[in-house]
Amino acid sequence: MTAIDTVAAAPQLSRRLTAARLPRWAPAAITVGSIAVGCAVGAVAGLESHLQWGLISALVFLVASYTASATVEGRRQAKDRFATSLVWVAFICAVVPLVSLTFYTVQQGLGAISPEFLSHSMKGVVGTLSPDGGIYHAIIGTIEQVLLATLIAAPIGLLTAVYLVEYGRGRLAKAVTFFVDVMTGIPSVVAGLFILSLWNILLGFEYSGFSGSLALAILMMPVVVRSTEEMLKLVPNELREASYALGVPRWKTILRIVLPTAIGGITTGVMLAVARITGETAPVMMLVFGADFINSDPFNGPQQSLPLYIWQQYSQVNNEFGYSRAWGAALVLIAFVMGLNLIARGIARWRSPKGGR
Amino acid sequence: MAKRIDVSGLSAYYGSTRAIEDISMTIEPRSVTAFIGPSGCGKSTFLRTLNRMHEVIPGARVEGKVMLDDENLYGANVDPVAVRRSVGMVFQRPNPFPTMSIYDNVVAGLKLAGVKKKSVLDGVVEKSLQGANLWNEVKDRLNKPGAGLSGGQQQRLCIARAIAVEPEVLLMDEPCSALDPISTLAIEDLIGELKSQFTIVIVTHNMQQAARVSDRTAFFNLAGVGQPGKLIELDDTQRIFSNPSVQATEDYISGRFG
Amino acid sequence: MTSASPADARGRTPRRRDSRRGDSIFFNLSRGAGVLLLVVMAAIAGFLTYRSALALGKNEGNFLTTFEWTPDAAKPVFGIAVLTFGTLVSALIAMIIAVPIAVGIALFISHYAPRRIAQPFAYLVDLLAAVPSIVYGLWGVLFLVPHMGGLTSWMDQYLGWTYIFSQSSSGVPPRNLFTVGILLAIMVLPIITAVTREVFRQVPRMHEEAALALGATRWEMIRTAVLPFGRPGIISASMLGLGRALGETIAVATVLSTNSKLTLHLLDPGGGTFAENIALKFNEAQPLGRDALMASGLVLFVITLLVNGAARVIIARRKEYSGAAA
Repeated sequence: MTAIDTVAAAPQLSRRLTAARLPRWAPAAITVGSIAVGCAVGAVAGLESHLQWGLISALVFLVASYTASATVEGRRQAKDRFATSLVWVAFICAVVPLVSLTFYTVQQGLGAISPEFLSHSMKGVVGTLSPDGGIYHAIIGTIEQVLLATLIAAPIGLLTAVYLVEYGRGRLAKAVTFFVDVMTGIPSVVAGLFILSLWNILLGFEYSGFSGSLALAILMMPVVVRSTEEMLKLVPNELREASYALGVPRWKTILRIVLPTAIGGITTGVMLAVARITGETAPVMMLVFGADFINSDPFNGPQQSLPLYIWQQYSQVNNEFGYSRAWGAALVLIAFVMGLNLIARGIARWRSPKGGR
Repeated sequence: MAKRIDVSGLSAYYGSTRAIEDISMTIEPRSVTAFIGPSGCGKSTFLRTLNRMHEVIPGARVEGKVMLDDENLYGANVDPVAVRRSVGMVFQRPNPFPTMSIYDNVVAGLKLAGVKKKSVLDGVVEKSLQGANLWNEVKDRLNKPGAGLSGGQQQRLCIARAIAVEPEVLLMDEPCSALDPISTLAIEDLIGELKSQFTIVIVTHNMQQAARVSDRTAFFNLAGVGQPGKLIELDDTQRIFSNPSVQATEDYISGRFG
Repeated sequence: MTSASPADARGRTPRRRDSRRGDSIFFNLSRGAGVLLLVVMAAIAGFLTYRSALALGKNEGNFLTTFEWTPDAAKPVFGIAVLTFGTLVSALIAMIIAVPIAVGIALFISHYAPRRIAQPFAYLVDLLAAVPSIVYGLWGVLFLVPHMGGLTSWMDQYLGWTYIFSQSSSGVPPRNLFTVGILLAIMVLPIITAVTREVFRQVPRMHEEAALALGATRWEMIRTAVLPFGRPGIISASMLGLGRALGETIAVATVLSTNSKLTLHLLDPGGGTFAENIALKFNEAQPLGRDALMASGLVLFVITLLVNGAARVIIARRKEYSGAAA
């Protein structure tokens, strides 16, 4: 018939269906074995850092699983097992520092947090000599600065996104899209520097929570635009057309139909952006200055903020008292950011528009 | 090299749901066997148990025996990877690897098996593409991406890819359902040619197609709503379409349901 | 565009005027927001360039090759050699460590882990992307640095022959570029993982099955179907991570013990990065000092821009390509 018959079977592939396999308990055994070897080598050689124990175990594990598989199952299976082992090692490599970070922060932070710590400022406390003092002023400052930044950035970001999705055609829209992308890449120090030299030095305003907010707003705007844009694009066009067909003007359609449909996703995006700027240290450090006392007026005089507080306790106090307060503030900050994240994701799940997720 | 498949007492599950129940049949070598039946009756699931592709879906498992000549595919120590090399498969939608050239698509299976010699690979590419009736259309652009071909050409490329590793059995899961009539015809002709070399099993929704290409036809049906699928009867195609022994088969073929 | 709304066709006069005015107000408002964004961006770029030019005019050293950073001295001299080196090297170390591990974790989540583990773990990784960098910094200097001591002297002992891993003096806390690189790797890991994972998830199931049906092992399936499809995604995810690593300020400032030496001995404390230098120096800086920092900020900005731009080009290419493949 066709050429299949004429050409003889060129490469003789193995036709056996059965293959020797490692027993099912082999991976577990190799894991346990290599951890034991790693610990034994570490202990005998007297390596003080557990990092080395882990690295030795991981290496032994990779080599052992490859060799075992290669001798019993052949090269292809061995490669497959090796890849699986590598992926698991990668998983462990990620879990160890991340768990350590979380665990260590919680452990150290819980030791520092007390009702006094949460309800007092550093006024009248000599940080280097006493474990007293707290983060009340920093919490107030962070909340006010982040709130102000959100009040500036969220409406501008939202409107820009509406412009890009609902009206945006032509050169202006293209330019805006491009510069939003550029803006996403601004390092936070650069934003801080910009506000510092423009607002504080050129225009002569003093250090205040508000100038920090301005820098934070610059960092926040592009994030809000991006996420809102994505959400508005998910709103089906039929909805808009249905609304126009009823004689509803465009702006009302946007306000009454499009935005409410996407509101879940938009809120999520804004909250994630808020969570991100809450942890920003560099711009706050340049612009808010860091006060030891409670200043609840973000427009006048230095304020404090949580990230800045942590930095100052570490770098300026720089002893056990300072570290302890820094951990306490770090735990509060993480809890705050994580809380925002969880709520944001909750909203996303609860009110996801069609096609989202 | 075509082999006989002997299935006995085969059930397949997705998690705790049983999709097909207690199927036994014999599939003859060097022939085309078609599976027909209403949607969701488990014919594709059954097809995928014949090369252990069923179990790649998380939570899926199989009970029973599938003998390929004298070896049980589900026996102890059987390597599913080796099974899939012996029992090739063509899917519903043409799925050439999008990042690979036509040439690389055809030799993908061989390269996996460790064949590297250029001369051997060149020979296999020509032979397989000719076997898939595609050689004349693509021989001048073997290094172009496979995704650039038309749907029918892509599907023939997938067939070439499957026969390049010289399997004993070729499974086809509705290979023409995403193709236009002319491409379908080309594939059907090809199936007729390939059966001299392989044991071919084809799942199809199109009864005319089953009648045109197959030697034997198996009719599957659901035992009831929410019940697993079952084999109703397997017979010579001519008999199934002219004088089936089960009433349900006749109802289905004459279009009374399904 | 605005006048094309069907409301105009049949609206009664008062309502029509009302909707016209509403439309134009709303349009101008949203366009105004876009324009404002442009203005801010232009102001940042223009201002940075202007101040940098001022500073560079007064620089008595070569901006690109000078090691010192003393813009406020009687004879102002400052250069970015040390900063460029430190920024690039620490980011490079971070990438070398983070990218393979992130790809591994993404594969773990998408193809290896049992579903019961994969889902919560993916969620956890996403959350960790939100941990503030000051917390990473604090953990880095108080936990990681003490634990790196053993590893550092070990590397000095066994890998010292590579020159880059030999230590000039042992026993000093390893607040060096290598530790910074590791910390940055840990910080960018969640971002790279999150993006890569999404790409791996989008690999069409039919391509994976095609590979399996040809008799591929799981790893071979990943190599033939998943990785080629995901490659552009991995690259752009890495670029995203690289951008983060380059601009990271406070974590570097906490961990690195800075000086104005440029050395290839990565385990020796010292060096600096753009962002860290700005954050630590601006406080005591005089006007010229500030302008000099602006100039370094501009360089950092441009580097970040290039990295992000490269990522975007790659993503755009991928779109074209997957369109052709569909």
